[in-house]
Amino acid sequence: MRLIDLGDEALAGVASRPVRTALTMLGTFIGITTLVITLGVAATAGNQIAGRFDAVSATGITVTVPSAPNPAGPPLVSWAGLADLLRLNGVHAAASVSEMDSTGNPAVRANELHDPDVVSDRALPVVAATDGLPEVVNGSLAQGRFFDAGHVSRHDRVAVLGATAAKLLGITRVDDQPAVFVNGQAFTVIGILGSSGLDLDHALDAAVILPYTAAADRLKIGAPTKVLIRTDLGAAPLIARQAPVALSPNDHSQLQVLAPPDPATLRGGVEHDVNGLFVVLGLVSLVVGAIGIANVTLVTVMERIGEIGLRRALGARRRHIAAQFLVESGTVGLIGGVIGTSAGIVAVVVISALNGWTPVLDLSLAAGAPIAGAAVGLLAGLYPALRAARLEPVDALRSGT
Amino acid sequence: MTDEVIKLAGVGRVFPADPPVRALSDVRLTVRRGEYVSIVGASGSGKSTLLNTLGLLDRPTSGSYQLDGVETAGLRDRQRTSLRGSRIGFVFQSFHLLSYRSAVDNVAMAELYGKADRKHRSERAAQVLDQVGLAHRKGFRPDKLSGGERQRVAIARALLGRPALLLCDEPTGNLDRVNTSGVLDLFDQLAADGVTLIVITHDEQVSRRAQRRVRIEDGRLCD
Repeated sequence: MRLIDLGDEALAGVASRPVRTALTMLGTFIGITTLVITLGVAATAGNQIAGRFDAVSATGITVTVPSAPNPAGPPLVSWAGLADLLRLNGVHAAASVSEMDSTGNPAVRANELHDPDVVSDRALPVVAATDGLPEVVNGSLAQGRFFDAGHVSRHDRVAVLGATAAKLLGITRVDDQPAVFVNGQAFTVIGILGSSGLDLDHALDAAVILPYTAAADRLKIGAPTKVLIRTDLGAAPLIARQAPVALSPNDHSQLQVLAPPDPATLRGGVEHDVNGLFVVLGLVSLVVGAIGIANVTLVTVMERIGEIGLRRALGARRRHIAAQFLVESGTVGLIGGVIGTSAGIVAVVVISALNGWTPVLDLSLAAGAPIAGAAVGLLAGLYPALRAARLEPVDALRSGT
Repeated sequence: MTDEVIKLAGVGRVFPADPPVRALSDVRLTVRRGEYVSIVGASGSGKSTLLNTLGLLDRPTSGSYQLDGVETAGLRDRQRTSLRGSRIGFVFQSFHLLSYRSAVDNVAMAELYGKADRKHRSERAAQVLDQVGLAHRKGFRPDKLSGGERQRVAIARALLGRPALLLCDEPTGNLDRVNTSGVLDLFDQLAADGVTLIVITHDEQVSRRAQRRVRIEDGRLCD
């Protein structure tokens, strides 16, 4: 028997009972539709979530600078080195910071008055920084302003307080130019950071932030210990590789880079989480569909016993009978899969449109889902087909009319 | 090519039961090429078992059966199927036509499991339909045909592969007098053309149209 004839016989068999075929197909249709919607919506939502994550967090890089091996020699990263970093394509903003050695317990107070009843000294982190820090850490100013390049170049003795630091020091406004004293050195408070943001360095919330020039003059705060970088979307992995070389061409291997996770990995993780439950639901639907196909195919075999007997009398071998019923059930599964895939894709597009998302669908899913439907049909038709093939022609002819 | 299309020697068929049912006993029958033989018997006489045996649809429990010179006793299922498909044409009482296929497609089915391609099958099927007087009905589905026409389609299907033997099981059992007469006339014509025919029937009138009559009683043949 030729393959084309097998296909023709199977199609004719499927088409001979259109209503039953449609109902049989329903199981595969529902299963495949559920699967496609699940995987499509998961991919779309994953892309959406990852996209938002990219915008706020996946663009931040922290380069930690260890102490130079030779304390008498030049530092691994200089304050001026930031200029080289900012020249890299994909760097949106960057700032160097250096925290004052906390073992020295820098005493910070809001005024020079000594009240025996009040604990005025606070052990707060004191940070020297370049200008532009708020933009890098996504920080905002609740009061006043951040110091700029002018303050830095003039070695102005100004300070910006984190929200918590300001609260601890009792400073609530800056328009009257309050001062803070760090180890007895006075700095004029020109700004207070807001409590939100700071996603790249939350410790700044409790810190006293000084221009690195004045901090070096007055408090002997040395070279940067950390460089914070804000990149353009999608540039983080590249900048994470390039930044150490730009900052310290000779000793870049000693710098430690903390880069955000690869967005693709993150997206995969989100998809995995979302898929978990719903793929199971889709598979359950497919199994139910398969059982439906198996049942109906079995009933069809019973109804077509006479036809099976006739075919055997005309010279059909057992494998011809089995193949015909397998191709019929596979065809039902394939058609259900194709329609289910189409419906699923339409549903994903509609859901995305309603939510204002960009629909994301793996092409292999569109190609693979109908094949999965056909496979379900074939598996479901296996037992009925084998039963049909096992029928003795004499019994089949006697039973069927 | 042997002249004997069928040669049964001591064929018996016992169905396992309690007690065992002996459907055929020591059946001896030789049918030569071109013979028109009727096998007549009452209900339960073993007619159907003999037909199934002759049609290689069932295996005898004893004896020898040669079909067109081939001893069938030791054949495997696949070989029996191949022999059945190539040497025997069946005509059944209930026609056994596929309701979802046209007359010409039903006829062409006879060579579906052979090597002929679809175009050749369809051309041949149309020719044979013409031979049985149904050229004008070739596109009709069975439910649009009369009983006599359906049986003619079934006969055309049986003739398509030019079988060595045309085996007919109560071919007029579902037909009225007019259609019966038409089918029997067709058998006469086929016999005149040299087709080997065995008609199994309980109807004496039908059996009398054959050149040779064989009676079966309690599983035994008596001329």
